[in-house]
Amino acid sequence: MMIQLQAKGIVFGYNSSPILKDVSFEIGPSRLVTIVGPNGSGKSTLIKCIDRILAPERGSILIDRKEVTKMDRLEIAKNLSYVPQSSARTFSSNVFDTVLMGRRPHIGWLSSSDDEERVWEVLRLLGIEELAMSGFAELSGGQQQKVLIARALVQETKVMLLDEPTSNLDIWHQLDVMNIVSDLVKKRRMTVLMALHDLNLASKYSHGIIMMKRGRIMAAGDPASVLTPENIEAIYNVEVAVRSQSEEPFIVPIRQIKPNGSGSKPGGRFFTSGKRRSRLPRSIAEIKEIRLS
Amino acid sequence: MAKTVRRSSNRSGKRSKMQEAHDSFVFARYFFMVAIVAFIVLLTGFIITLGPLDISVAEAYRALLSRAYPSSFQVDPLTERVVWNIRFPRIVGGILAGFGLGVCGCVMQAVLKNPLASPFTLGISSGAQFGIAVAAVLGVSVFGGPYLLIGNAFLFALLCSAFIIGLASVKGATSETLILAGIAINYFFSAMSQLFRYFADDEQLRLMVSWGMGDLAAFSWSKITILFGVFAVCIPLLMLKAWDLNIMTSGDETAKSIGVNAERVRVYVLLISSLVVATVVCFTGTIAFIGLVAPHMARMILGGDHRFLIPASGILGASVLVAADGVAMNLIAPTVIPTGIMTSVVGVPFFMYLMLKGRRKEFWT
Repeated sequence: MMIQLQAKGIVFGYNSSPILKDVSFEIGPSRLVTIVGPNGSGKSTLIKCIDRILAPERGSILIDRKEVTKMDRLEIAKNLSYVPQSSARTFSSNVFDTVLMGRRPHIGWLSSSDDEERVWEVLRLLGIEELAMSGFAELSGGQQQKVLIARALVQETKVMLLDEPTSNLDIWHQLDVMNIVSDLVKKRRMTVLMALHDLNLASKYSHGIIMMKRGRIMAAGDPASVLTPENIEAIYNVEVAVRSQSEEPFIVPIRQIKPNGSGSKPGGRFFTSGKRRSRLPRSIAEIKEIRLS
Repeated sequence: MAKTVRRSSNRSGKRSKMQEAHDSFVFARYFFMVAIVAFIVLLTGFIITLGPLDISVAEAYRALLSRAYPSSFQVDPLTERVVWNIRFPRIVGGILAGFGLGVCGCVMQAVLKNPLASPFTLGISSGAQFGIAVAAVLGVSVFGGPYLLIGNAFLFALLCSAFIIGLASVKGATSETLILAGIAINYFFSAMSQLFRYFADDEQLRLMVSWGMGDLAAFSWSKITILFGVFAVCIPLLMLKAWDLNIMTSGDETAKSIGVNAERVRVYVLLISSLVVATVVCFTGTIAFIGLVAPHMARMILGGDHRFLIPASGILGASVLVAADGVAMNLIAPTVIPTGIMTSVVGVPFFMYLMLKGRRKEFWT
């Protein structure tokens, strides 16, 4: 079985407080895998550690069985591309120049016509060619996100990492971005690992889901096996109903559950006592060996 | 250099409207670069004519070319001496100083991701000013003779830079930290200079004040040679990092993900630009405006590609400084107004005009 991206025992922390605790997984080629979990669970940190934006204290990351920690920055950029949540730029430049930056790992001081042609191809692929001469700062959130994906695409890597690419977008643009990413996986056979908050989007588009809490992987597998009411309740402290929507789980939130076990309805006027959920169900105790191939 | 050229790109084989618009933009960039170089050549010819000795523009160019081609271009010896020994060194010094300050402002703004970053706001100029104060009041200097003041200004400017660069090397130091540290240094050395002024006698005070205002009068061919030597090494080293600077304006995380070691590039750029700035300010004194504004002017006209932006910031800085110096020398002749005052007087209205008229609504965000 081929493995495109592999993480082994990643540990990371700021000062003495650990953020990632021994995270391991394997992802096969042409897979779209989503990391979900509550705020502060370590999703974005994990993505940044894989791209070596943050340096893990321990553990190894392999792409096509090559160790990322032994690569220099340019070599990493040839193997892994990263789409940040947003790009707060100090100085604006036009869309073409912004996307051309993604060619940096492949070019010298001068960009060739070939590099420029690759940029035009990607702009056309994402349907944003007409924005080429617009200032990046003048674009809407959805358009900016597409430009950032375009910049990552011209890096021409086999693996793309995305950090909550839909978080600031309306529902139309959320689907637009997810469709683009999904197409890249199908047509370009890319492997995509993304952090996502929206469980339904994760369910609709992912081949595999990694569910995290407090820096550990608590559940992993295909959407139907991970997005269960028990798992979501244990990880998010939210009671949900999960329905099947054309074979994909569809999650309907019902109410919050206080960590001490008491539940509250929105508005908070009526409190009902719930079952104590201080311990995780056995089915989602920490998982160390995960294969999403 | 053989490269695969695939200029026609859509299926019909024609370049799209957007590609044509981009081609025009690239052409406009090159055209602008050529235009501002031509402007500076014309400006030089015009400014040489200004002064007590009446020299025409044609005579000015003839005098400039007479040393290279003595048989083809002849002028009277007095004109030749005035042009080559008095007026031209001042203009060349102004061009080099303006170029250096413009370039350094541009790269400092990029690595610190802050539109307010400049050699002045980072405290380098006030460090040099303090060096002058130490030499003037205490008579303590690293060098003697003609380099008594210059040597101290250079050393203290580098000391300030070393502090900022040291801070930049500390893991976790953000660009905001560096800017704040620069401002703190600025205040500290300004206060120290004020203290020295308080105890200075009239002659010492005059020395300190005139240096603080910034002036191009001190330029001789020997100083220009030093400046040129430093530039010949440092400016290409900065230009080499143009791509990295483009990417670093998107933030360190993005820069790292595209293969740029942001921390290392920041230290590299600050180190080299500090050397350039220290060399310039020790000869000219405090000329605050150029390093801040020339890059913004260039950015508004050319966009954010540092391959164009770095030289354009330099040439615009040189143009503004030389033009301001021309006005400073001739506005209320024979009194010469210090150049540092005039750069702000000439440059600020132009900058405000560009900001209000700006092609781009938001040239920084």
